[in-house]
Amino acid sequence: MATTAEDLAREDKLQGLGCSRKRKEDPRFIQGKGTYVDDVKLPGMLFADMVRSPYAHARIKSINKDKALALPGVHAVLTAADLKPLNLHWMPTLAGDVQAVLADEKVHLQYQEVAVVIADDRYIAADAVELVEVEYEPLPVLVDPHKALDDDAPILREDIKDKDNAGQGPRKHPNHIFSWEVGEQEATSRAFDEAEVVVKEEIYYPRVHPSPLETCGCVASFDKVKGSLMVYITSQAPHIVRTVVSMLSGLPESKVRIISPDIGGGFGNKVGIYPGYVTAIVASIVLGRPVKWVEDRMEHLSTTAWARDYYMTGELAADKNGRIKGLRVNVLADHGAFNSHAQPTKWPAGFFSICTGSYDIPVAYVKVDGVYTNKAPGGVAYRCSFRVTEAVYVIERMMDVLAQKLGIDRMELRMRNFVKPEQFPYHTALGWELDSGDYHTALTKVLKAVDYEGLIKEQAEKRSKGELMGIGVTTFTEVVGAGPSRNCDILGVGMFDSAEIRVHPTGSVIARMGTISQGQGHQTTYAQIIASELGIPSDEIQIEEGDTDTAPYGLGTYGSRSTPVGGAATAMAARKIHDKARKIAAHLLEASENDLEWDIDRFKVKGVPGAEKTMKEIAWAAYNRPPEGLEPGLEAVNYYDPPNFTYPFGAYLCVVDIDKYTGEVKVRRFYALDDCGTRINPMIIEGQIHGGLNEGFAVAMGQELPFDAEGNILGNTFMDYFIPTTMETPHWETDYTVTPSPHHPLGAKGVAESPHVGSIPCFTSAVVNAFAHKGVTHMNMPHTSFRVWQKIHELSLDKRE
Amino acid sequence: MAKHNISFKLNGQQVNALVESRELLVHVIREQCGQTGTHIGCETSHCGVCTVDLNGESVKSCTVLAVQADGSEVMTVEGLAQNGVLHAVQEAFMQEHGLQCGFCTPGMLIRAYRFLQENPNPTEEEIRWGLSGNLCRCTGYQNIIKAVKVAAEKMQSV
Amino acid sequence: MIPGKFEYHIPTTVDEVVALLGEYGDEAKILAGGHSLLPMMKLRFAEPAHLIDISRIGEIKGIHEQGGTVRIGAMTTENELIASELLQQKCPLIPAVARLIADPQVRNRGTIGGDIAHGDPGNDHPAAMMALDATFVLRGPNGEREVPANGFFLGTYWTDLQQGEIMTEIRVPPFTSGTGYGFNKLKRKTGDFATAASTVVLKLNGNTCADIRITLTNVGPTAFRADEAENILRGQVISEALIEQAAQQVMAVCEPAKDLRGDEEYKTHMAAEMTRRSIRDALARAKG
Repeated sequence: MATTAEDLAREDKLQGLGCSRKRKEDPRFIQGKGTYVDDVKLPGMLFADMVRSPYAHARIKSINKDKALALPGVHAVLTAADLKPLNLHWMPTLAGDVQAVLADEKVHLQYQEVAVVIADDRYIAADAVELVEVEYEPLPVLVDPHKALDDDAPILREDIKDKDNAGQGPRKHPNHIFSWEVGEQEATSRAFDEAEVVVKEEIYYPRVHPSPLETCGCVASFDKVKGSLMVYITSQAPHIVRTVVSMLSGLPESKVRIISPDIGGGFGNKVGIYPGYVTAIVASIVLGRPVKWVEDRMEHLSTTAWARDYYMTGELAADKNGRIKGLRVNVLADHGAFNSHAQPTKWPAGFFSICTGSYDIPVAYVKVDGVYTNKAPGGVAYRCSFRVTEAVYVIERMMDVLAQKLGIDRMELRMRNFVKPEQFPYHTALGWELDSGDYHTALTKVLKAVDYEGLIKEQAEKRSKGELMGIGVTTFTEVVGAGPSRNCDILGVGMFDSAEIRVHPTGSVIARMGTISQGQGHQTTYAQIIASELGIPSDEIQIEEGDTDTAPYGLGTYGSRSTPVGGAATAMAARKIHDKARKIAAHLLEASENDLEWDIDRFKVKGVPGAEKTMKEIAWAAYNRPPEGLEPGLEAVNYYDPPNFTYPFGAYLCVVDIDKYTGEVKVRRFYALDDCGTRINPMIIEGQIHGGLNEGFAVAMGQELPFDAEGNILGNTFMDYFIPTTMETPHWETDYTVTPSPHHPLGAKGVAESPHVGSIPCFTSAVVNAFAHKGVTHMNMPHTSFRVWQKIHELSLDKRE
Repeated sequence: MAKHNISFKLNGQQVNALVESRELLVHVIREQCGQTGTHIGCETSHCGVCTVDLNGESVKSCTVLAVQADGSEVMTVEGLAQNGVLHAVQEAFMQEHGLQCGFCTPGMLIRAYRFLQENPNPTEEEIRWGLSGNLCRCTGYQNIIKAVKVAAEKMQSV
Repeated sequence: MIPGKFEYHIPTTVDEVVALLGEYGDEAKILAGGHSLLPMMKLRFAEPAHLIDISRIGEIKGIHEQGGTVRIGAMTTENELIASELLQQKCPLIPAVARLIADPQVRNRGTIGGDIAHGDPGNDHPAAMMALDATFVLRGPNGEREVPANGFFLGTYWTDLQQGEIMTEIRVPPFTSGTGYGFNKLKRKTGDFATAASTVVLKLNGNTCADIRITLTNVGPTAFRADEAENILRGQVISEALIEQAAQQVMAVCEPAKDLRGDEEYKTHMAAEMTRRSIRDALARAKG
C-alpha cells in the first residue's frame, strides 16, 4: 500500500489495476489504421460470393453453372457436389449436429448457401451469382415450432431422419433435437401442489440478432508449396477455429494459422463457423490463391447466428408472504434448420438453469425441448453467457407476476427472497454454486438513488389522471466465465484460457492470451493486471491476441469469460514470474527470500533501508546473471482452469412514460448498478455497461427477426432491424458495489454482458408496470409502439371522453 | 460499358482512378486508393460507417457512385490529423472513451468533424441530432456525445 | 450488394436530360440524390441500362421567390431546404418536413424533386406539396408543363410524370398572414419512413377556419388529401369536437398496407392521431 507521495507516484506510473487507463487500441482506430478482415488484401486475392436459396424449404432439382463460368473473371463455381469428394459438403456444429456447407439436395432455410462463386473481384462475383441457374421444387414449410412435432409436420432433416439422437440425447420425432431436464420434477410438483399461491405466465423471447456493425468474413490463403493455410477471420474463438479447420481439412493443426485481426464487434455472433468461411478455405485450397469472403448485411441478418427464440412457460409457487417455494419452467426452443447452437458441449440449453436468479428457491425443475424449423440455424448467446439472458428474463418476469398476484411491492418481494450475504457460497436448486453476492445492499442503494417512494407517488398521481407511467426493476444474477473444464468443453476442448508473459532483459513485456478483443479493450486492461502484479508500467507491456501461431491456446472471448478466465490466467502467469523474480532478487540482495517484501515495483529487504531491487533490475539479472540452478530468462505461461464460474449481479431500475395515443415508450430514466467484483478499469467498465444497456434497449424495444408463413425472413436490413440511433437511445446512469469473487485471483467477475442481460427484463418490467393497475401481468417483446398501442387499445385506454 | 477516368482529391492528394459506372465510392477509396479507414456496414445507407466528407458535406459513400466524385474533394478519417497532430475530435474520442471496437469510429469522427463546422457550439440534443446518421453498437453513444462536446469546447477555446 | 452494370451519363443542362431520356426511353433512369434508387439497384430490384445523373445541372438547384411564388429547384437537397431562410419565412412547413426525413448525411444527397418524383407513398414531400397546393414544373420533349400537386400522384411509384419528362421545379404559394401548418410524423426510429404522417395547412379568418388542407403519408397507395375531413372544418371555428370528427373522417379514408411498422388498424388510428396533432399545431401557429 502506497503511503508517501513518492510511493503514490510510483504506483500511478504503473497504471495498474483499478485505474481508468486510456485505451491503447484507440490511436489506430481513430486514425483509420485498424485492420479488419475486409481491409486485408493479399496478392492475387479472389472474391467469393454466395448463390442463396429464395425458398425456405425446397428440393434442388438442378444447378447449371455454365453461364456463370462463362463470365470473364470467374474462376470457379462450387456446389455441394464439388465438396462431396472432399467430404466437406457438411460440417459438424458445436452442438453435435451437422450443418450443410452448401445445400446438399435440399435447402432448409431462405438464403441458405447453394453455391459459391469465385471471381476476380466482388463486382464480377456478384454478377456471376445472378447467372447461376438453380431449379427448385418447393416443399411444405415449417415455420411455427409449436407444429414441429405434429404427426403431419413436414420432415426437415432427411439426412438424420432415422437417427434417434441428433447429438444431444434421445429424440422423439424427426424434427425433435433434444429434451433437457434439470432439477427435481416430483419435488417441484409437490411444492406447487402444496403452495398457497401459484402463478404461471407464457413468455416468448423473440428471435433477435446481435448484428455487429462489421459483418462476418474471412480471407483464406493456402500456400501450395508449404502446404500451409492462413486464414484471417472474424472469429471470437480463433484457436477453436484452427482445431476445427484442421479436423475438416486434414491439414495438421501446425500448418493452419488463424488470425483474428481487429473485429468490428461480435456480441456472440462471431463464435460459430459459417459456410462462407469453409467455402473460402476450400476455394483457396483448390485454386491455390487467397480468397476473400465478406457477407453483406442481408446475408448477415438472414443466415448467421441469431439468439433466443424461446417459448417459455414460467411458474412460481409461494406462500402468502411471498416466500418462494418452487420454480418450474418449460421451454420450447426453436433452433432453426441445423442445431448449430454455440454452447459448451454438455449444455444443450446453455446455462438456462441459472433461472433461479438471485433468489433462495428450495426446489426447481426445468425442461427444454429443442426443435427444427425452416429458419436460420443457431443460436448463440447475444451479449450474454449461454442462454443466461432467457433465464434471467423468465425469473425476473415471474417475480413481477408473483408480486402483482400477492399485492406485495416488487422490491419488497425481491428483498424477502434474495439469497442472503451469509448464505454464500449458495447452492441453487438447479446445481449452481453462487460464489458471492450482496443483493440487498445493491437494491437498497438503487431505490435510494432514484427516490423510489417518490416515483411510486408520482405514478399514482399519473394513473389518477389516466396517464401511463411504468417503473421497471430487475435484480439479476448472471453466470459467466465458462468454465471449469470438468463440465465445460467445446468439441472436447476444456474451457480453460491462457496467458503467456515474457519479460525482456530491459524490463518491458510482451504478453499473449488465448482470448480475443472485439472492443473490450484487452490491450489496455490485461496490461493493467500485469503492471500491478509485476511492478512494470502498463505502457511498457504489449498485449497481443488472435494469432494462433503466436498466442497460447485459448477458447476465446464470449460469455464474459475474458476477465474471469483469461484475466485469471494473466494474473497467475504474472505470479509465476513474480515468484521467480523473488528468487533472483534474494540472490542479488544476498538475502533470504523470506526476508524480502514486495513494494509496488521492487523487492526490499525488510528493515534494511536502501536494500532493494526493482523489477527492471531483476529482469536484467534474469538474462545476465541468474542465480545458480535457476534457468535464465523471465517468462511464464498459465493455462487457467477456473474452479467455478463467477456470478456478477446488479440492480436496475427504469422509468418509462407511454404516449397512450401512439404507444410510444419514452425511457425517462435508467439507473444501473452493477457488481462485477474487483474493477480493473472503471472507464472501460462504464463504457461496456453503456453499450450493454443500449443493446438491451434495442432488444426490448424493437429487435426481432420475423418470418412469414412461407418462411421468408422479414426485416433483414437496417431499414427494419432496429439498431437505435443517438435519437432513440436514452441517457444511462451507472453505479456500482464491489463484492469480489472469492475464487478468482483478482476477485474480478466479468461485466460486459450484465447490462444486456439485466436491462432487457427491466424494460419489459417498466412497460408492463405501466399497465399493471389494469391487471396486465406480461407483454411480449419487442415493445414497439405498435405492440404497446395494441395493449392500450385492447384496454380502451386511448378512448377520448 | 465504358470505364471512366476519374480524378479527385483524397485527403489533399490528387488521385486518379479508372472505374466502372457502377463502382461505389467506398470501394474505390478502400480498394483502389488503399485507404481502408472508411468501412462498410449496412450497404443501404443506414449505418453511416462509410461516412466521408464530399465537398464539405457528410455523405454515405456506399450510396455514392465513384464517378460522381469526379473533380471533387473527399476527406476521410485518414485526413483528419494534420502534420502528425491529431484533430480535436480524435483526441476527444480517446479521452472520453468514445469508441470500443472501432468499426463505426472513422465514420463517426468524420461526421463529428463536419458537424462541428456546421454547429461549433452544440447542445447535447443538437449533437444527438447531428450524429443520428451514424450507428454504434458498442458505446451506447453516451461517451461519443461527451467526446463531441469536449471537442467543441476545445475547438472554441483555441 | 453490388448494382448491375449501366451506362452513366452526366448532362449539365435539362435539355440534354430530355434528349437522353428520349434516346434511351424506359432503359433510362434519372439519378437525383440516389438514396432510393441506388439501394434498389444494389438489391437488383432496379437494373436500368442508363443512369442519368442530374447533380451537375445548375438550373434546377436553389430556392428563390419569383412572381409571387416560392420556386424550389428539383435538385435542392433536404439540408438546403432546412437551411433556407426564405423557406423559413415564406413556407416553414417544408423545412419542418425535411428535418424529419432520413438522417444528416442522407439529407445532403436526397432532393425534394427526387422525393416527389419517386412516387413512394412513404416519402414525405408529396403530402406537404398537396397541403401547400404546390405545382410542379415538368420538362419533356414537348416542352414544359405545369401540373398541380393535387392529382400528380396516381399510385405507388406511379405519377403523372410521363416517360421522357423530368421534374425541374416546385412552385409553392407563400404563406399569408393567418396561415398555420402542422406536420406530425410517427416513425419507429431515425431514418425510417412514416408509420403514418399528417400534414395540415390552414388559414384563419378571425377565429374561423377560412381554408384547410389535410394530407396523409404512407396510409394509402399514394399520399392523399382528406377532403371530407377538411370539409368538416372549413368555415368553422375549430373546436376539439370538430377535430375529433375530422380525425374520425380521416380514419374512414385510410387504406394502409400492413407491414412491420404495424397493421391496418394501427396505421389508421395513427393517421387520425397525427391529424389531430397537426390540426392543433396548425391552429396554434395560425393564431401566432
